Amino acid sequence: MNQIIQLSATELAAKLRAGEITSVAAVQAHLDRIAEVDGGERGIHAFLHVNTEEALAVAAEVDAIRAAGGTDAQALHPFAGVPIAIKDLIVTKGQPTTAASKMLEGWMSPYDATVIEKIRAAKLPMLGKTNLDEFAMGSSTEHSAYGPTRNPWDLDRIPGGSGGGSAAAVAAFEAPLALGTDTGGSIRQPGAVTGTVGVKPTYGGVSRYGAIAMASSLDQIGPVTRTVLDSAYLHELIGGHDAADSTSLNEPVPALIAAAEQGASGDMTGVRVGVIKELQGEGYEAGVQERFDESLEALRAAGAEIVEVSCPNFKYALGAYYLIMPSEVSSNLAKFDGVRFGTRVLPAEGPLTIERVMGATRAAGFGDEVKRRIILGTYALSAGYYDAYYGSAQKVRTLIQRDFDAAFEQADVLISPTSPTVAFELGSKTDDPLAMYLNDVATIPANMAGIPGITVPGGLSEGLPVGIQFLAPAREDARLYRAGAALEKLLEDKWGGRLLDQAPELSAATTGGVA
Amino acid sequence: MAMHQEELVDFDVALEKYDPVLGFEVHVELNTKTKMFSSAPNVFGDVPNTNVTPVCLGLPGVLPVVNKTAVEYAIMIGLALNCKIAERCGFARKNYFYPDTPKNFQTSQYDDPIAYDGWIDIELSDGEVFRVEIERAHMEEDAGKLTHMGGSTGRIQGADYSLVDYNRSGVPLVEIVTKTIEGAGKRAPELAKAYVAAIREIVKALDVSDAKMERGNVRCDANVSLMLKGAEKFGTRTETKNVNSLRAVEHAVRFEIERHAAVLNSGEAIVQETRHWHEDTRTTTSGRPKSDADDYRYFPEPDLVPVVTTVEWIEELRSRLPEPPAERRKRLQADWGYSDAEFRDVVNAGVTEQIEETIAAGTTAAVARKWWMGEIARLAKNADKDVADLGVTSATIVELNSLIESKKINDKIARQVLEFVVAGEGTPSEVVEKRSLAVVNDDSALGAAIDAAMEAMPDVVAKVKGGKLQAIGALMGPVMKATRGQADAGRVRELVLQKLGIEG
Repeated sequence: MNQIIQLSATELAAKLRAGEITSVAAVQAHLDRIAEVDGGERGIHAFLHVNTEEALAVAAEVDAIRAAGGTDAQALHPFAGVPIAIKDLIVTKGQPTTAASKMLEGWMSPYDATVIEKIRAAKLPMLGKTNLDEFAMGSSTEHSAYGPTRNPWDLDRIPGGSGGGSAAAVAAFEAPLALGTDTGGSIRQPGAVTGTVGVKPTYGGVSRYGAIAMASSLDQIGPVTRTVLDSAYLHELIGGHDAADSTSLNEPVPALIAAAEQGASGDMTGVRVGVIKELQGEGYEAGVQERFDESLEALRAAGAEIVEVSCPNFKYALGAYYLIMPSEVSSNLAKFDGVRFGTRVLPAEGPLTIERVMGATRAAGFGDEVKRRIILGTYALSAGYYDAYYGSAQKVRTLIQRDFDAAFEQADVLISPTSPTVAFELGSKTDDPLAMYLNDVATIPANMAGIPGITVPGGLSEGLPVGIQFLAPAREDARLYRAGAALEKLLEDKWGGRLLDQAPELSAATTGGVA
Repeated sequence: MAMHQEELVDFDVALEKYDPVLGFEVHVELNTKTKMFSSAPNVFGDVPNTNVTPVCLGLPGVLPVVNKTAVEYAIMIGLALNCKIAERCGFARKNYFYPDTPKNFQTSQYDDPIAYDGWIDIELSDGEVFRVEIERAHMEEDAGKLTHMGGSTGRIQGADYSLVDYNRSGVPLVEIVTKTIEGAGKRAPELAKAYVAAIREIVKALDVSDAKMERGNVRCDANVSLMLKGAEKFGTRTETKNVNSLRAVEHAVRFEIERHAAVLNSGEAIVQETRHWHEDTRTTTSGRPKSDADDYRYFPEPDLVPVVTTVEWIEELRSRLPEPPAERRKRLQADWGYSDAEFRDVVNAGVTEQIEETIAAGTTAAVARKWWMGEIARLAKNADKDVADLGVTSATIVELNSLIESKKINDKIARQVLEFVVAGEGTPSEVVEKRSLAVVNDDSALGAAIDAAMEAMPDVVAKVKGGKLQAIGALMGPVMKATRGQADAGRVRELVLQKLGIEG
C-alpha cells in the first residue's frame, strides 16, 4: 500500500506544508487506491462519483501556490491540498448529487452547500461523492439505489449507514477525510463498525444549507476521519454561523483542535465520565460490552472519575424518533415530484395529469425504505393522529433533553457503546426494518436532544470494530475531542498502534479492482 | 364555459327572510425588496422565472430564512388593525401537492399568528360606523403563478398544459382574517366593499404594500352564509375566491346572498365549497368542494426558529405608523373645508387619496373635488370601472387645471380632453396638441380680436348688416393677424353674426 494514503490528514497536511509531498501526488495516490479497491466485483463501492479532474486541478493549484511561496502560501488553510470525500447527500456544483436515489439520478446542483463553499475556499481537493442509504434512510447503506457499500474489514458485511460510503472510504484508505450527515447516527454508527472516527456536532454547529434534508430538526453535517485530531481540524473548518441556515448557532466554533491536542496526552484527571445505565446490557453484544468495559477501565486508570447516570426516558427515544423523523421526511421529500428537477416518470397508461405524473415519478423514483418512512410520517401528521403521534413524540423529546440535563449535572461527558452490535452481514436485516432501526438505539438520543457525539474505535469483537461513543452538552463539542483523543491515545498505546492497522489488507486481488 | 343559469332571489326579498353572515380573508402582498424566505427580488412583472433563487425554487438542500422587514410590516399591519402582537410565534408547513408550490408545502403561520384579536371601524356611506373584528393577521409566502394553456376556461381542467412562473413564489403575504360578521343585513355588500377598501387604505398608508388590486397585491376571499332571521345557528358558507376589485367584492357578496336564498328557498342545502368569481357575468360558479376536514398535515417548520418580539421593537414600529385613517379623514375635511356631506361623498367615492394628491400637486381643494367627484366619477361610471382604474392621476388634473387657468382651454374643452386622456391618447397637453383643441376655440380671446376688427372697419360691418354676408371675409384678415393665424374661420363667422344679431 502506498505510504501516502496511510497518513492521517494531519500528517499528510504537515508533509504538504513541508514540501515533502505534492498535493497532486497525494490526490493521485488516493485516486489510484479508489481505482484499486472501490470499483471491482467485490469492491468497497464507497464512491458514487469520482471527481478526478477537479481534484487534481485543485491539488495542482495548491502546489503552485505553495511553490510560489509568499503571503498566498502562508494564507493557505493548514489542510489545503488534503483530499476529502463528500457524502452524496451534500450538494456540489460540478459533480452530480444523487442522495443515492433514482429520483436524483444525473441531477447537477446549481449551487454549493455552505460546507462545500468552505472546503473550496480552504482548497481541499474533493475526491468525489460517497454512497449512502437513499436520502440517508438506513443503517447499512444497503438502501442505496446504486448498490451497497462493503465493509473494508469484511467484504460480506455492511459498513453501517447511512454514511457507509464515507466511513468505508476513510477506513479503506481511499480518502483521509470525509463529510457525513447524522440524523440518528448516520456518522457515528458507520464510524463504529468501520473502526473510524466520526462526529455529530451540536445541532446548529455546522450549517445544514445544501445538505438534502431528511429530518430538519435532527440532521447535522460532521467529520468522518481516522483520528480524533483530524476530525477536530475538519470540524473547525466546516463549523460556524451561516446566515443561510436559521437554525445555525450564532457563535464561533469552539477550540476543538486545542481540545484534541490536550486529550492526546491521555490524561483524564478530573474529568467526570458518566456511564448511561440504559445504553448497555440487554441488546448489546457481549463483545461490544467487553470492549466498552475495557475502555472504562482505561479511562479510570488515566484519572477519569467514572459515574453511573440514568436516563429513564431513553427507552422511548427510538419510538419517538420513528415518529418525528418520518414526519419531517414526509414533508421534506414532497418536493421530489418530477416537476422542476430530477427524474420524471410518466404513467404507463391513462391521462397525463399532474397528479398522475407526480405519482408515477414518486412510485418509480423512491425505494421501499423511503416510501415506508413517507407513509409513516404522512400518517403520523394526519388530522386526528397528530397529537397522539407527533405531539407525543415531541414531548418525549423534551423528556430526553431533561434526562441529559440531569446527567450532565453529574458528568462532564457521557459514554456508551456507539452501536449495540458489530457490522452484520449484508442482507441479514434488509427484510426486518425494526431490527435495522435498533442499530441506532444508542445514537438517536443525541439527535433528539441536539447535543454533540463522537465515536472512536474501541477495539475488535470477533475481528470486527467496536465503537465507543462520548456525548457532551450542547455547545460543548470541545469536551468530546478532549475525551475522544484521550481514549484514542490510551487504547492505541494498549494495541501498540492504531486499530485500522489490524484490518485485512485490501487489494485489486481481493476486490476485483484495477491493480 | 357551459353552466346552468343560477336561480336567484331578489336581494331585498332575500334579506326579508335571511340574515347574511360574512367573513373575509384578505391576502396582502408586501412590497419588501426581497421575498419572504429568500434573497430573490420581489418585483412584479419581470420575465417569468428570473426572480428566483434555489430557495424559492425549492431545490434539494435549501433552507428558508425569515425576511425581517416582512415581519416588521406584518406587525405594523397588526398594530394598525388594533391587534395584539404575539411575543413569540412560529411558522408551520401546510403540506399539499400542487405545481405552483415548489416545496409541495407552503410555509405559513398556523396556530400562532403574529397578530390576533383586533378590530377595525368601517364607516358606511351614510356615516354609520360598523366594527369588524379581526381574528388574526398572519405571515405566509405566496405560491408561483400558473397559467393554463389550451381549453376554454383558463382553468387547469381541460387545459393542454400549464406554465408556471416562480417569480411570485415566496413573495411575502399577510393574510388578514376577520371573525364572523353578523348584523350587516342588507348592507352586507356595501360593508364588504368598504371593509376591503379600508384594508387597502391601511396597507397603502403604511406603505407595506403596493395595494394594487388589479395586480393581485390585495386579494379577497369572501365567505357568505345565510341564516333564517331569528335563527341561532349559522348556515353553510361558501367561499368566493380571489375577488380582486372593490366593486367585485360588493357584487360577489350580493350575488351569493341572492343565490343562497334561492337554494335555501327551494329546500335544498348549500354545498360548502369554494366559488369562482366571474367579472364578465358578475356571477360565481362552483369550485372545489371544501370541508373542514381538508388535511394539510400542519406541523411546526423545523427549518425556522421562532420569531420573538420585544416591547421595544413593537413600540418602535408603532411609532412608525401613519395617522389612523379615521383621524386623518377628520383632519383632511378641516383642511379642505368640505361640508360633511361633501366629504362623505368623497370618501364613499373612494377618491380621498386622489384628491389629497391633487391638492398636494398644486390645485385648490375645490378644483380637486370638482374633477374627481364630477367628470372623473362620471367617466368611471360610464366605463363601469373603479375610479382608480381609469388611468387618471393627480398630475392629469393639475395639468388640465393649469391649461384652463392659462386660458389655453375652457372647461368644456377640458372635459373633452379628459375623455381623450382616459382613452389613452396621452397627457392633457399632448391631447390638446394632437387634436388642436387649444385656445383657437376660446370665444373670449376671439371675441376681443373680432371687436377690434369690427371697430376698425365700420363700413364692412354695415355691409354685413345690410345682408352681404360674404363681406365678413374682410374682417378675417385682422382677426387672423391678432390671433397669429390660429383662429377658426368658421367660429369667427359665427361670432360676427352673433354679435350683429343676424341668424347664420
